[in-house]
Amino acid sequence: MSSPVETLEVVWRLEAPRITARLARLVGDLGTAEELTQDTFVAAPQRWESDGTPNNPAAWLATTARFLAVDLIRRRDVQRAKYQTIANGIPVTLDPDEGDSDHPIGDDLLGLIFMACHPILSPDARSALTLKYLCGLNNEEIARAFLTSKATIAQRIVRAKRSLAAANIRFELPEPAERNTRLASVLEVIYLVFNEGYSATAGDDWIRTDLCQEAIRLGRMLVVIAPEHTEAIALLALMELQASRLRARISPAGDPILLMDQDRSRWDRLLIQRGLNGLGQLAKRGGSSGSYALQAAIAACHARAAKPADTDWTEIAALYDALAQITPSPVIELNRAVAVGFAFGPAEGLDVAEPLRSLPVLKDHHLLAAVLGDLLCKNNDHDKARQEFLRAAADPQHPRTHRDARASRVMLGTRSASAVRSGGA
Amino acid sequence: MHYSTENNEAGIMPTPAEMEAIGQLMGEYASSGVLLSGEGVHPSSKGARIEFSGGDTRVIDGPFAEAKELIAGFAILEVKSREEAVEMAKRFAAATGAPRIDVRQVVEFSDFE
Repeated sequence: MSSPVETLEVVWRLEAPRITARLARLVGDLGTAEELTQDTFVAAPQRWESDGTPNNPAAWLATTARFLAVDLIRRRDVQRAKYQTIANGIPVTLDPDEGDSDHPIGDDLLGLIFMACHPILSPDARSALTLKYLCGLNNEEIARAFLTSKATIAQRIVRAKRSLAAANIRFELPEPAERNTRLASVLEVIYLVFNEGYSATAGDDWIRTDLCQEAIRLGRMLVVIAPEHTEAIALLALMELQASRLRARISPAGDPILLMDQDRSRWDRLLIQRGLNGLGQLAKRGGSSGSYALQAAIAACHARAAKPADTDWTEIAALYDALAQITPSPVIELNRAVAVGFAFGPAEGLDVAEPLRSLPVLKDHHLLAAVLGDLLCKNNDHDKARQEFLRAAADPQHPRTHRDARASRVMLGTRSASAVRSGGA
Repeated sequence: MHYSTENNEAGIMPTPAEMEAIGQLMGEYASSGVLLSGEGVHPSSKGARIEFSGGDTRVIDGPFAEAKELIAGFAILEVKSREEAVEMAKRFAAATGAPRIDVRQVVEFSDFE
């Protein structure tokens, strides 16, 4: 039998986001919701020690939080009523006793995530708030995950809350017209968190790789609470397909393993199945030509191939082509060159890759050199290939291991935009 | 993994109220992002048991033995700790009245490393 404190810790971790979300709807602002959530947490052990652990600890916490919110609203009302009476003689009251049954918890969570990912906040602040309030991580865990200090994270969160308060951002579910834009901001944060975890290497703190799980969990939450948004389904499928390879992409020595060299029996079949199902659902609902859907479709091409030779490179090349149309970027073009090289031959690949030499961002970049070297080599132009490989090795920008890790991602042809973002190229 | 009741084995489907409770809980699992999959299975009378010994395979038709020793269904949840899994299982028991639930950890590649 676990002690009240142990039970509280577990239930807390599971329930805190829901409680904060409910409170945010009731009281309107994040700061107050957080204070009340803390008060609830503090009240629990005292009561549980004296009265025994409740049968349904989650319900106990929810009810207590609600009492505290109602109490606060009543006090606020009294205040407001005073001013109102002075102002126009008509007292205003809120009905704090209205039930929660009309308010699905999903909507509360959605409102909370919209607040945490508000566009007025910087991406860093959005991820910190999301990890704190939606995933229930504490400041220290967030700091470790982002390789920064606890003080930095604490400050980032305080500032973010202050910005929200200053801009008077209240709990709200935006109108349908605005929702897509707001949701895009949420998806961006989730994918950023995912990539932060994905870029973690074997020697890193486990909490960094855990970020992938947190992001996927958020993605799963989002497809349930915002079912009308197909882009969320696409992002979840993308993350699940990419995460299916997490275990296979690093050797026991900590070196990155190229996708084509990975032991595919180590890919997580359950995640692949879920990712493919997600894409199936998406197709049934009319499909999507958004960036996440296209990237997920590329990842699916790899996932479907039982062995590297089975990879449908023609399809991948076409998907990169589509991706380049909606989010043109040098790295996507480079990935397209790799796919075209596999699909139609090295000469065709070179036709796509060679012009990239004129782009300042890629001109001296080891990624371009490595791709060119590979294509030239396959095209039996060994002298030129050697020059390119030497150029790749000479890029002084990054330590060798990191260079290889990122080069491999481009070679994999699946991590397009994020490779450059997280690589800081 | 939750175990069968006499009703499960008799093929008696859950009442609408029970279905509602299960649906609500599954919704809660799903909206917290922990649910990977979940299935219930038919009574063992629809199943078969394969026994293998000394190189011989024997197929036995259901039903098998006592209800309480049979699996009635399972859910795969992705949680952070054994304690979280236990808490989730308690909620399942409370919502469905399942008499017994085993919490087991799925073996992953990382366990071999």
